[in-house]
Amino acid sequence: MPETPLIVAKDLTVKRGKRVLLDAVDFEILPGEALTLIGPNGAGKTTLIRALIGMVPFSGSLIRRKGLRLGYTPQKLPLEQLIPMPVDRFIALSGERNRIRRREMLARCGAADLQDSQMSTLSGGETQRVLLARALMRAPDLLILDEPTQGLDSPGEARFYQLLADIRAETGVAVFMVSHDLHMVMAQSDRVICLNQHICCSGTPGVVAEDPNYLQLFGPRAGIAPYQHHHHEHCDHD
Amino acid sequence: MIDPFLLKAALAGLLVAWVAAPLGCLVVWRRMAYFGDATGHAALLGVALAMSLSMPPIVGVVVVASAMALTITFATRGGFAADTMLGVFSHAALAIGLVAAAVLPGVRLNLMNTLLGDILTVSSQEIMWIAAGGAVILAVIAAAWRGLLNATLSPELMAAEGGSLLRDKLIFTLSLAVFVALAMKLVGILLITAMLILPAAAAAPLARSPERMVAIAALIGSASVLGGLWLSWEADTPAGPSIIVVASLVFVLSALRPHKN
Repeated sequence: MPETPLIVAKDLTVKRGKRVLLDAVDFEILPGEALTLIGPNGAGKTTLIRALIGMVPFSGSLIRRKGLRLGYTPQKLPLEQLIPMPVDRFIALSGERNRIRRREMLARCGAADLQDSQMSTLSGGETQRVLLARALMRAPDLLILDEPTQGLDSPGEARFYQLLADIRAETGVAVFMVSHDLHMVMAQSDRVICLNQHICCSGTPGVVAEDPNYLQLFGPRAGIAPYQHHHHEHCDHD
Repeated sequence: MIDPFLLKAALAGLLVAWVAAPLGCLVVWRRMAYFGDATGHAALLGVALAMSLSMPPIVGVVVVASAMALTITFATRGGFAADTMLGVFSHAALAIGLVAAAVLPGVRLNLMNTLLGDILTVSSQEIMWIAAGGAVILAVIAAAWRGLLNATLSPELMAAEGGSLLRDKLIFTLSLAVFVALAMKLVGILLITAMLILPAAAAAPLARSPERMVAIAALIGSASVLGGLWLSWEADTPAGPSIIVVASLVFVLSALRPHKN
C-alpha cells in the first residue's frame, strides 16, 4: 500500500504583481525519500521553498500530512549578524531545553567543538552543520534544505552530503533539497524535479538526465561532468 | 540634600532606560534605527492632534505613532529602497507635526520641550504612567522573547518552525510606539532613537549573549541618565541632550576598548 505523502501540492501558483513566479506546480513529497529541486537562476526554487514554509501567499492547494514535523535550514543567516549568539543558545531557540540533547545533536552533526562559538564567527560549512543540528532537534519527518552546500568547497560539500546520507539512514527522514550541484543530485537523490516557473520534468535522476527539457536547460554535458557551473537564464522550450 | 524634582527626574529616566534596553537591542539587531526615527517623529503630530481635540497628549502619541509604525511595517512593499521610504515617512511626519502644531486651533505647545525633552518637570502622575506602560512593554517582550530572537535571526526559520511573523511584527511595532510615548518627556522626540540605540550599540562589543547585551544596555542607559542629569545640574545644560551626550561618550569608550580577537 502506498504511504500517505508528507506534502501534496496541486496547481501551486505564486505571483508577485503581474509576474508569475510559480506557474501551476504539482508535486508530492513521499516519506523517507530524497527529492531534489534543480533549475536555473530565477526559476522559482526559493519561491517554492518559501511557499512550503508559509512565507509567501499562493493560490492552488498545499496539503501537509496531519502532524507533519518540518525541519528547515535557510541558505544562510543574514550576513554580518549584529546579535551576539553562542551556538548552543541558537540551538536552544528551537525550543529544546535539554542541554545534553543539544550537545549530542551538535556532536552528531560534527559540530561538537562549536557549541560555545559565536554564530557570527562560523564558516559556511560550520554554519550549515549548526543549522542542520537545529533542524534535526525537532525530530522532523521532512527536512527542507535551501542550497545547503552553497559556498562550501568540494571536500566540505562531500562531507556535508555524507553526513546527510548517514542521518537519513539512521532516522528515515525525508529530504527536500534545492541544489545547483548536478553531479551530487544524480548520485544522492531518489527523485529530481526540474523547475523553471513550471515543472519542466521530474523523475528518477536517470530519467531526468535523458529528458530533452532538462538537456535544453542544462546542456548535454550536465550530469556527466564532475562539477560545473551553469548560467542558462532562460527556458524557451514551449 | 537632593531636590525632589531631581529625584523624580532620575526615577523617570531610569524607568525609561530599562524599557529602552531590550527594545533598543532589537532595533540594533534588526537594523531598524530609521524605523525608530519615523515612529518617534510621528509623535509630534500625535501631541498636536490630541491637544486640539482636548485629549491627553499621551493618547495622541500612542495612536499616531502606532499608525505610523504599522503603516511602515505593512504598507510599504517594493518600489523604493527601504531607507528611502523610511526617510520619506520620517521627515514627512516631522514636518506635518510642526505645521499642525502651528495651525491647529487650541494647540499651545512648547516646541523646544517637545522636541528635546523636559524631564526636570516630570510629575508623579507621569512617573506612574511611565512605570505602568514600561511594565506592560517589558512583560510582553519577555513573554515573546524567544520568538522575537528567532524572527531577528531568520524570519524564514521562524516561519518554518511554526512561529507567527505577524504576531512578531505587531509586538515589535506597538511596543515601540508605546515606548515613544513614555520616552518623549525624557529626551524629546528628536532623540528617542538615540535613547534606544546608543546604550545597545555601546553594549554590543561587551556581550556574548543576547540577554547579557540587554542587561549591559540597561546598565549603560541607567548610567547615562544619572550622568546626564548630573551634568545638567552642574553645568546648567538641557537634561535630555545631556543624557545622550553621556551615552555617546560611553559608546566611544566601548568602541575604543581593545579587542581580544
